[in-house]
Amino acid sequence: MDKNIILAGVGGQGILSIAFVIDNAALASGFEFKQAEVHGMAQRGGAVQSHLRYADHEIHSDLIPKGAADLVLSVEPLEVMRYWHYLRPDGWIVSSVTPYVNIPDYPEPERVLAQLATFPSCILVDGAQIAKAAGNLRAQNMVAVGAASLRLDFPEELLLTYVAALFERKGPAIVEVNQQAFRLGRIAGRFFRGLVEAGVPVPTAVELGRRLAPETLDPALAADWARVVADPELAAPILQSEEIRACDQVPVGA
Amino acid sequence: MSREILLGDEAVGLGAIHSGLSGVYAYPGTPSTEIFEFVERATKHMGGVHAFWSTNEKVAYEEALGMSWAGKRALVCMKHVGLNVAADAFMNSAVTGTNGGLVLAVADDPGMHSSQNEQDSRYFAQFALIPCLEPRNQQECYDMMFEAFDMSEELSLPVMVRLVTRIAHSRAGVETRAARDPNPLNPSRDIKKWTLLPSNARVQYKHLTEKQPELLRRSEASRFNELVLAGKRGVITCGIADNYYRENLAGGDDSVLAIRQYPVPVESIRRLVEHVEELLVLEDGYPLVETMIRGLFGLAGVRVAGRMTGELPRTGELDPDIVREALGLAPRPTAHAAADDLANRPPALCKGCPHTDSFRALNEALSSFDNPQVFSDIGCYTLAALPPLEAIHSCVAMGASIGMAAGAAHAGYTPAVAAIGDSTFSHGGITPLLSAVQQGVNLNVLVLDNDTVGMTGTQRSMSTGETLDQIILGAGVAREHLRVITPTPRNHDANVAVIREELAYDGPSVIIARRSCLEAIKKA
Ligand code: SF4
Repeated sequence: MDKNIILAGVGGQGILSIAFVIDNAALASGFEFKQAEVHGMAQRGGAVQSHLRYADHEIHSDLIPKGAADLVLSVEPLEVMRYWHYLRPDGWIVSSVTPYVNIPDYPEPERVLAQLATFPSCILVDGAQIAKAAGNLRAQNMVAVGAASLRLDFPEELLLTYVAALFERKGPAIVEVNQQAFRLGRIAGRFFRGLVEAGVPVPTAVELGRRLAPETLDPALAADWARVVADPELAAPILQSEEIRACDQVPVGA
Repeated sequence: MSREILLGDEAVGLGAIHSGLSGVYAYPGTPSTEIFEFVERATKHMGGVHAFWSTNEKVAYEEALGMSWAGKRALVCMKHVGLNVAADAFMNSAVTGTNGGLVLAVADDPGMHSSQNEQDSRYFAQFALIPCLEPRNQQECYDMMFEAFDMSEELSLPVMVRLVTRIAHSRAGVETRAARDPNPLNPSRDIKKWTLLPSNARVQYKHLTEKQPELLRRSEASRFNELVLAGKRGVITCGIADNYYRENLAGGDDSVLAIRQYPVPVESIRRLVEHVEELLVLEDGYPLVETMIRGLFGLAGVRVAGRMTGELPRTGELDPDIVREALGLAPRPTAHAAADDLANRPPALCKGCPHTDSFRALNEALSSFDNPQVFSDIGCYTLAALPPLEAIHSCVAMGASIGMAAGAAHAGYTPAVAAIGDSTFSHGGITPLLSAVQQGVNLNVLVLDNDTVGMTGTQRSMSTGETLDQIILGAGVAREHLRVITPTPRNHDANVAVIREELAYDGPSVIIARRSCLEAIKKA
């Protein structure tokens, strides 16, 4: 078993916090791990990445070779594209779709999404909306790691332990917000995959994930939602409305 | 025994602590900063280890040498270009020799992630005739500190531990061991050894050369230099390059010599060379071993390949893919081609950073000149070279802004303006300012006093606030030409006026733009 993950985002988005959670889970699980990160000049608001590898055998290189990454885990959609050539052919993308626009030539967000949508193996969640629902916009990194936890090799509880350890100094309220962001991110990820596996096109699945109130993204209902959005007449009003409540709308068993 | 998650830098720090460290000395510089920071943090509560930032690398080195003189173990850390600053003390400390163990941890930056060059510190070790260890993983970063300190005391020589960015800033689990007690105070009374008058220095230098066979013997026997003879292709891996080799060809048929202790193990290299038909040398840095083996005229019967022959790029950091190509392996298939037209996200000054306001004012004050050039220095403010500010036009070495502005002024260039941060000023700006004032040079120095070392993560600055004013006045700058402004958007016009007045003055003047770094305020 080995797993190679490229963590990506923008300086200040908390990439190293994601690394902390996974590093510790890997160590606690008895794995070898290496995690290379960026400090100094490269950090100031620029693109930030970290190579994180864990395995049940010795790991040689601190850097992941191109074509060897199992996963690009990004807190920002454009940043996925900076590293997707590291992915092996059957590699996965897990990303927030919330753009971080701090440059004048940021491409059209729809174009970025359309590009990510070409990957069949992806999990795309709305980091900002979910983090807000969890109680703090800054928790988008924990949303991303929550969504990615579906592709990792650790029990949810173990990861949550290290989310708690990470924020312990800041008090129980902040711990709870970040754990909730993680949990909602994980649920949103499963909901998204449920839709895609039931045949919903990726852009529609992203749209639906965005429109639904995060606390109502129920993975168990993904298949039902898939049937709803497959019907253009039912889908149109939903995909155009502002936030809607899943429990009000989904025709269970339809 | 326990297993801790540590950066390579931190593993060096912890290894030093467990080796009985009594003092750590450093000036911040990426990628070495975290060594000092770790030791400072880890020893704060237990005490017993002196940990206080030094004004620059030369001072740090000399303080460490003094600790060694007193019989205790000292660690001095710096980035590669910092060793240029410390070189005087460093080179001569090999001649004096040491008393308590003295280890120099120097972090090189192949690929120049955060540096002005990618010089290879192994040359410095070779130049000074001292041993050098080059860890390939975090565990070795930790373990090698024990070896390095012991070796330093056994040989009475400083020992270099050379890191590169990729190991300095990469984490892994590290097994730790029991800590050794620090040395007792035991000052050296060996006056001739420490007093390098020519007559003593000649004797000492001879001692140093006489130690060389012992250094070589240790390298040949070292567990860090491993030779495996197999197939007819030979590969030499240095330090971290070994990982990139094994990532691609673990368990292959090559004959491999992994080198992680210097001077190079000559006998092992000879055995390898006699066994193989071709030889590839992998080193993350300059082609030191490669050029040594090839010599001026090549090696009869064996082609030596590496950075000088096109198998590897002449410059830049190694990685597993570059090494893969050099080994003649096809690239791995990937899910997607690299996106080539992606919008860049370059680093930028923080929103609201005082430097932005300082440079806006400077730009406007200089707008009446034809294409004015501003000499600058190393810190966050170097980012002002980029759009939108494009306010500075040089960045060479710590403190160079002032010296270069003075030289330009000597040549008749006006306005000669230097922009330098408060910490860089204490590091290397005081002496050139003193020089310029004594010569009455017409130059303007803008000191960006943000009360911290911003770029490397807000470490304590040595000359900020009142201390900075006193130093500048002490250097002889006239009181009326030491101006202090507060760089804010609201003060813009007033600040422009102050700068204009000083630009009009024919003589040395200093303007201090004083406002704290936002990151430092956040952390405080
Ligand atoms: S860290 Fe401080 S000095 Fe550096 S850009 Fe940010 S505010 Fe400015």
